[in-house]
Amino acid sequence: MDGLLFLIFAAIAVVSGLNVVLQRQPIASALSLVAVMGSLAMLYLLLGAQFIAAVQVIVYAGAVMVLFVMVIMLLNAGRERPAGASLMASTLGLPLLAGLAGALGYVIFLAFPDPQPVRFGQFREGGAAQVGYALFTRYLLPFELTSVLVLIAILGAVVLAWREVRK
Amino acid sequence: MEYYLISAAKAAILMGGLLLTLLYLQWIERKVIAHVQVRIGPSRVGPHGLLQPVADSLKLLLKEDLVPPHANKFLYLLAPFLAVTLSLLSFAVIPFGPEIEVLGVRTRMQLADLDIAVLFVLAVSSLTVYAVVLAGWSSNSKYPLLGGLRSAAQMISYELPLALAVAAPLLLANSLNLREIVERQDGFYLGLLPRWNLLRLPAPQLLGFLLFGVAMFAETNRIPFDLPEAENELVAGFHAEYSAMKFAAFFMAEYANMITVSAMATLLFLGGWLPPLPARYGADLLPPLAAAGTGALALYHGLHPARPRDRRTLPAAAAAFFALALLLLLPPLRPLLLPPFWFLAKVGLLLWVFMWVRGTLPRFRYDQLMRFAWGFLFPAAVLNLLATGLLVALF
Repeated sequence: MDGLLFLIFAAIAVVSGLNVVLQRQPIASALSLVAVMGSLAMLYLLLGAQFIAAVQVIVYAGAVMVLFVMVIMLLNAGRERPAGASLMASTLGLPLLAGLAGALGYVIFLAFPDPQPVRFGQFREGGAAQVGYALFTRYLLPFELTSVLVLIAILGAVVLAWREVRK
Repeated sequence: MEYYLISAAKAAILMGGLLLTLLYLQWIERKVIAHVQVRIGPSRVGPHGLLQPVADSLKLLLKEDLVPPHANKFLYLLAPFLAVTLSLLSFAVIPFGPEIEVLGVRTRMQLADLDIAVLFVLAVSSLTVYAVVLAGWSSNSKYPLLGGLRSAAQMISYELPLALAVAAPLLLANSLNLREIVERQDGFYLGLLPRWNLLRLPAPQLLGFLLFGVAMFAETNRIPFDLPEAENELVAGFHAEYSAMKFAAFFMAEYANMITVSAMATLLFLGGWLPPLPARYGADLLPPLAAAGTGALALYHGLHPARPRDRRTLPAAAAAFFALALLLLLPPLRPLLLPPFWFLAKVGLLLWVFMWVRGTLPRFRYDQLMRFAWGFLFPAAVLNLLATGLLVALF
């Protein structure tokens, strides 16, 4: 059952991920990305991380991607025309991709030599209380630093937009 | 195996009740608005227009199913499907009552008892904006597009104060589980005032409830926040190009969303299925009294000589209400019927407020709508959350 659910949602994630790149219509790409986010949330849920799964849907699918879709609609972006692929991209692209995937697989295999499948319901430390406790004790500094980083990014965006308004 | 059977039975009961409510909510709304405007409302099809929803659904079912030629067909068909699915999904985690025992089987009056139920509802409701946006975009027509854009901006803006207003009672309850949130509102102050989050010490959520109430009107695109479908500007907004059952799907989703937000307000602020009075002041007698009173009222009007047309229908309704009152008095049925009665009464009251407001308030202008969200609602919700956090931490 767990394995079947994992395969279903992993397959949806991979196929939608490919679809993001292959689709010519920007809005179809954006929606495929939503599907990727949704299936990743399901995978988190299978791992027992309820809180992360819900937040994944709320933040990525519910907020970030809605803004993407809205901007695409506002700009009324039409179909993308394929740019003529360069000689290097068309000849070396696939071999390089295969090499990268192989290297990544090898590194992951070295890091986790004996992987065990996680059974649904086995891990119960993924609730809101546990995540909150970890964030405010062990990971307090990285958590606060990330929020400062996000604040800086927002300020930067405001400054850039303000300059354009002034002109 | 037993678990699956019980779940299937509960899901069937929930879906049946829900679909019937969705069918008749629209009849009730038309009647309420008609009486606000000193009209009678639907009265031709069946007694008091009671078969009007059936006639409407038949009409929508038998209508030709059109797809506009320039629409993006896949997304055009996906949008109403998404709208209905997402709006019905939230009901899976909403508790209607405590644990009960039916025919020797103990079960909860709830489909799924999630530890993150509040987040689940927020996540599902944050996805509903896709249905509206996709419907507007895929119709490939200017009014739906404008309606879809407006709606996206509005729903994103009002989701923030809504989520912040939800967070404050969560601080009081110290849980994200809807069942636990309700159970922690049990009890009374001074033996009289309910310990609902609305009145809960140390931080009564009166302001929070108001903020949630305003934001829930905006989230469901209802008057006075129905800018996405402003008839005089946008024809019908995002669903202008939809007809037949696809149009009905959006309609159904809107009503289902209304029920969801009303249920959330009831669970978070109004104590869910808990009675408003202690049992020793007769809380258990109030529901049968209310049913019997309604029956007496119907009987009086049915027998009144000035209403010859209602001579048969109103006494029949009166008999039904008297039967309900008797059922509510039967001791073995009381633990089964009273909690859902209180829950549904509170949800029904909030739904009636939706209709009342629709009958009385005009629509906002779009800039007023946005200024209200960011200039007043959002800061007020932040202040409410900070004050609640401070009070909870101090006491």
